[in-house]
Amino acid sequence: MGLLALARSSAGKHTPTATGNAPGRTARRERFGRYRVVGKTVTVSKPSRDELFAFWRDFTNLPAFMENLNAVRPAGQGRWEWEIVAPGETSVKVVTEIASERAGELIVWRSVEGSSIDTEGRVAFRDAPGGRGTQVELVVAYVPPAGGAGVAIAKLLQREPEQQARRDLRRFKALMETGEIPTSDNRIETEKA
Amino acid sequence: MRALTYHGKKDVRVDTHPDPGIVNPRDAIIKITATAICGSDLHLYDGVIPGLMSGDILGHEFMGEVVETGPGSTLRKGQRVVVPFTISCGSCFFCEKQQFSACDNSNPVEKRDISEPLYGQPMSGLFGYSHMTGGYPGGQAEYVRVPFSDVGPIVIENDDLEDEKVLFLSDILPTGWMAAENAEIEGGDTVAVWGAGPVGLFAAQSARIMNAARVIVIDHHPHRLELAAGLGCETLNFREVDVREALLEMTGGIGPDAVIDAVGMEAHGFAIDNMLDVAKQTVGMGADRASALKQALLACRKGGRVSIPGVYGGMTDKFPLGALMEKGLKIGTGQTHVQRYTKKLLGLIEEGKIDTTFLISHRLPLEQAPDGYFNFKNYQNEWTKVVLKPGT
Ligand SMILES: [Zn+2]
Ligand SMILES: [Zn+2]
Repeated sequence: MGLLALARSSAGKHTPTATGNAPGRTARRERFGRYRVVGKTVTVSKPSRDELFAFWRDFTNLPAFMENLNAVRPAGQGRWEWEIVAPGETSVKVVTEIASERAGELIVWRSVEGSSIDTEGRVAFRDAPGGRGTQVELVVAYVPPAGGAGVAIAKLLQREPEQQARRDLRRFKALMETGEIPTSDNRIETEKA
Repeated sequence: MRALTYHGKKDVRVDTHPDPGIVNPRDAIIKITATAICGSDLHLYDGVIPGLMSGDILGHEFMGEVVETGPGSTLRKGQRVVVPFTISCGSCFFCEKQQFSACDNSNPVEKRDISEPLYGQPMSGLFGYSHMTGGYPGGQAEYVRVPFSDVGPIVIENDDLEDEKVLFLSDILPTGWMAAENAEIEGGDTVAVWGAGPVGLFAAQSARIMNAARVIVIDHHPHRLELAAGLGCETLNFREVDVREALLEMTGGIGPDAVIDAVGMEAHGFAIDNMLDVAKQTVGMGADRASALKQALLACRKGGRVSIPGVYGGMTDKFPLGALMEKGLKIGTGQTHVQRYTKKLLGLIEEGKIDTTFLISHRLPLEQAPDGYFNFKNYQNEWTKVVLKPGT
């Protein structure tokens, strides 16, 4: 079983583990080997699972709801370049490739060899019980960089990644269900920092 | 634009702010023609609400004229609308179940971090009610930005209906109505209402429309009790009588069939003293609150109903859980699902079955809003409801 599968799954119905049917990452521990893992699930009532999948699969859509992302651009050969906001008006670029996918169900991406952050992300789409939309589960694992990787990245990853994952996923839900991301701003001031 | 602005405890001023604009596609901009000071605004005024910041614009009961619309709005310029204080997206699981105050999307994600640990899940956004409920600028102003304007606002087509007749559709009328609905009134019932403030009075009025045989209102302000009597209710002054004993005697030893606690209306539930209860609880100090509710639970007849219109924000102890369970009481509560009721209540207003204007004691221009707050706070017996009229 891969790292993220371990963190993600409820260990299957046939393999009882310490966490029972709960996702592995909800165990009272934060690290899986060298990796720090964060993850959240939301239920999105509309549109269909396939449409949610398609929106996510076009990675250029992600900055619309992911606060830490400036942009995602196709980088050729099925790769994507993520421009991540870092403290002090800098940004960090990470190139990823699709590690695996199943249409309408699962997308797994992974940073390519030599990236400044060693990271893997997985988003799964499942039918919610009773026809109540789609459960969307995002799990991200990364190795907190050691000193050499740069202070900016270290700071970036200390910006409450758990909270980021939760907020990003909820913005995704709002955008899908309502067509917009609610804000209490009274006017359009500036582009996102 | 000019807007009533919070500066600190008991310090509100009318300041100049930038005009609001369309931010999201479903937004509309409303030019306010009438806006009320709600009892719960006094808790903002008292500085006891967490998440309120200097510079915030208050006000969550308002109506006006549509002056600008986003491409996703269904409103048209020039329409008269009343705007619910609850902001609801209309398309999430909860909105589709008509549980509008539980909307999953309207409270911006970055604002949910205070209420989520306290309640398990955050509630919807509200206008002008601190950053805990979204930090949305309120409607005691010349203009307001209304998100999801295709879902919330109700259009008033009938120009003969003046603002004062329909303004309270935005909050206290549906709040009183839902309180009565939660009491599940059957013909012949006796209903007791704690609190003759705006919500209590409207709950009493609604209970009568729902065919309660008797409605008994409990308060201590003589003038407010007179207003209740004017609605055809019986009254009890808790400074003068033992409420539980009186209710038992008045109901032939049975107790009221349904009880409505409209007392702790403070703050739509987020008062700091409630929050402190949480802290006290964790260090083992007792907090003794919710006295009207405790009294209501004891007074209610066996198998009766208990309605709590959106009151409490924290925790309480010495709660008569035994009375609740042993007597088999049923509880109905929650922040008002305003959008569920506006159309029906507008119909009742048009038919002349509901008139809420009896409550209004004072009308002021927006510039005098600070005086309105001061007097509404300090002279509750006479100042029963203040309506502000921007542009006058
Ligand atoms: Zn109110
Ligand atoms: Zn909603």
